[in-house]
Amino acid sequence: MFSWFANPHRFLTLSSWLAPVCYALGALLIAWGLWQGLWIVPKDEYQGGDIMRVMFLHVPAAWLAMASYMGMAMMSFIWFIWRHEVADIAAKAIAPLGATWTALCLATGSIWGKPTWGTWWQWDDARMMSVLFMFFLFLGYMALRAAMDTRQKAARAGAILAMVGAINVPLIKFSVDLFTSLHQDASVITVDGPKMAAVYLWPLLASGLGHSLLFAGLVMTLMRAEIWQRRAAQIRARLMAGD
Amino acid sequence: MSASPILSAFRQALTEAWAGGAGALMPLGFFAGAAVLVPLGIGTDPTTLRAVGPGILWVALALASLVTLERIFQADVEDGALDLWLQTGAPASMIAAAKAFAHWLTAGLPLAILSPIFALMFQAKADTSLLAHMGLYALGGLAFFFWGGVGAALSATVRRGGLLISLIALPLYVPTAIFGALAMSGGPGSTGAPLFLAASTLFALAVAPFAMGAALRLAAD
Repeated sequence: MFSWFANPHRFLTLSSWLAPVCYALGALLIAWGLWQGLWIVPKDEYQGGDIMRVMFLHVPAAWLAMASYMGMAMMSFIWFIWRHEVADIAAKAIAPLGATWTALCLATGSIWGKPTWGTWWQWDDARMMSVLFMFFLFLGYMALRAAMDTRQKAARAGAILAMVGAINVPLIKFSVDLFTSLHQDASVITVDGPKMAAVYLWPLLASGLGHSLLFAGLVMTLMRAEIWQRRAAQIRARLMAGD
Repeated sequence: MSASPILSAFRQALTEAWAGGAGALMPLGFFAGAAVLVPLGIGTDPTTLRAVGPGILWVALALASLVTLERIFQADVEDGALDLWLQTGAPASMIAAAKAFAHWLTAGLPLAILSPIFALMFQAKADTSLLAHMGLYALGGLAFFFWGGVGAALSATVRRGGLLISLIALPLYVPTAIFGALAMSGGPGSTGAPLFLAASTLFALAVAPFAMGAALRLAAD
């Protein structure tokens, strides 16, 4: 299955129509989710009144922060084992976008936390800390890749770091978990089904799916740019060689 | 090469640390300097210092490990020692582990042994807990050197990789720093924390060598 996607040409054909579809659907879903979330749904006084509406941005950002890191680690693993170039291009493309959504998650979380918990930041909260360290891991990954002098080395070093980071994220989370946690427990994905009222759940799911599609579209666009850049570099090298 | 490459890497790391002037004293000086800056920065109130002392020593230990690690693999890449070791077919991960361990032995362990002196400077009570803390610093330091070694191995070919090592390694230091500080806090949860610290160090010992080995094979290419 991986090998099927590993063909850059096939990827270019697929993404040429899939990326715009992702953008369009993502924009629609985000717009509907935000409209519902910001104007239509009733506010929840228990969650701080109107400020809880930031949830429709915060929860999708948090979901994407985790999913993008796991995606980057998986792509790195696939590249490390099978050396499929497209996987490395994907990992490279995910890093800056993942860092962006992770930063968005931290920022919206702080804005939500200040009126409800009375603090912008809580050091002994496991989720805040693990998201913060995921952010640092993204930064380290990008810095490491940028410091390597060849593409191949950048891919190998980046893959090793992404995998080491991925096995450490649970450990980091567990270590902070030993402290009492201020963050509310999971309320969308639980054993008994969602604990949240349906009126909030649907806009939230739409927003989450919309952000995921937007993210996927952006990843594909960055990957396409990278593939074209590599082809351009090849052509330039061939011209320089005088062929 | 008569000795096995793992042993020779270990021995060479030890010699390097003691040779060339004040090699092994430098991290010590750094550690002392960093620790002494703190009372000047946060004020000299004894109760405050007693509360933050153990945490400051953890931070100083983490930073001291980072400054010593910058060149541990770089020199081997530059002078070709790494290529020779890898040519013998020895596992790169074991060579890396031997080097990280040797650096902990020469730079991490002395800091842990001297930690009671610094703790006293931070107004800690002079009792047997200082000796127990010494063991915790030694144990946590081992994890610092192994995770830091991953950063060092990854940036072995990068010129002036010091900042890069810090950026890579600091997130990996988190569990150790948390368990270590928790174990010394005396608060709730501090009884099991030394065991968690030991577990996270064992985890580092198990995982980090493979990452270092893969990174060293990359550096040798």
